Amino acid sequence: MMYIVVNGESRQVSDRYSAENLVADMGLADRRVAMEVNREIVPRSTYAEHWFKDNDVIEIVAAIGGGAMSCV
Amino acid sequence: MTNQNDPLIIAGKNYHSRLLVGSGKYKDLEETRLATEASGAEIITVAIRRTNIGQNPDEPNLLDVISPQQYTILPNTAGCYNAEDAVRTCKLARELLDGHDLVKLEVLADEKTLFPNVLDTLKAAETLINDGFKVMVYTTDDLMIAKELEAMGCVAVMPLAAPIGSGLGIRNPYNIRFIIEELNVPVLVDAGVGTASDAAIAMELGCDGVLMNTAIAAANNPVLMASAMKKAIEAGREAFLAGRMARKQYASASSPLDGTFY
Repeated sequence: MMYIVVNGESRQVSDRYSAENLVADMGLADRRVAMEVNREIVPRSTYAEHWFKDNDVIEIVAAIGGGAMSCV
Repeated sequence: MTNQNDPLIIAGKNYHSRLLVGSGKYKDLEETRLATEASGAEIITVAIRRTNIGQNPDEPNLLDVISPQQYTILPNTAGCYNAEDAVRTCKLARELLDGHDLVKLEVLADEKTLFPNVLDTLKAAETLINDGFKVMVYTTDDLMIAKELEAMGCVAVMPLAAPIGSGLGIRNPYNIRFIIEELNVPVLVDAGVGTASDAAIAMELGCDGVLMNTAIAAANNPVLMASAMKKAIEAGREAFLAGRMARKQYASASSPLDGTFY
């Protein structure tokens, strides 16, 4: 097993765990999202081949309502 | 002159509406949709946030309601306080929107006033432009900074009229006017508009457009206010193009004095 941090929360996952696995497990497979791993963009087209490493820090984002600093 | 032959041109693309709207602070997505439609806006700004914030997996996504096929989506960097976070946000937005590279850069300095962090705004703008982004930039109403941002290659410069979300209106029309006169790229007032007359004043000054969110979303009836803003923007633009009469200190009769019979 290994640990990754997803949107600020630590997760324990198997040693062979891809970006595609993660979005599926988060229920985001059909959503329009974007991902960065250790501050580098991971293109959606490469999710299936992008394997995480222990201690990877991942951000998954979407568009939400906002104008200027406001909302959320 | 109608808005059909007086387009707003940003980064080479023509828009018929000079009102740009945010998509935040609405009661729900349905109100967002209705107000956006009523505003007639074609450019809609959105925030980029973690998927576990502000989203319920059972609810529709913002982009299901504000469709990138129908609208030009303008991702913003709202909430960023340094250049690095703003650049990361823009890169994520470009990935999210399949390579769409028009962004609203906003780097903030202070939580109380939400004034721009101009130093980091300049840094982020340079990085983003070098990376191929088309940057619409939120800044102070400082002419020299506005000129610098234009010289760097920003596609639009967007000075604040008053603090974000304050609804105080155009606090320094002279500074806004200087910027309009000196810049060649579109100048849009971003932030500070409170009601329709504020939007009209911005347009009468010669602004190329106005970006607003709270003035519509925080109105008692956001959909009706969106409609009011649409008209105010159009009225202000037409008044600017028409050229207002000169101000005079004393009265000037508008009926002829010849031919009176008394």
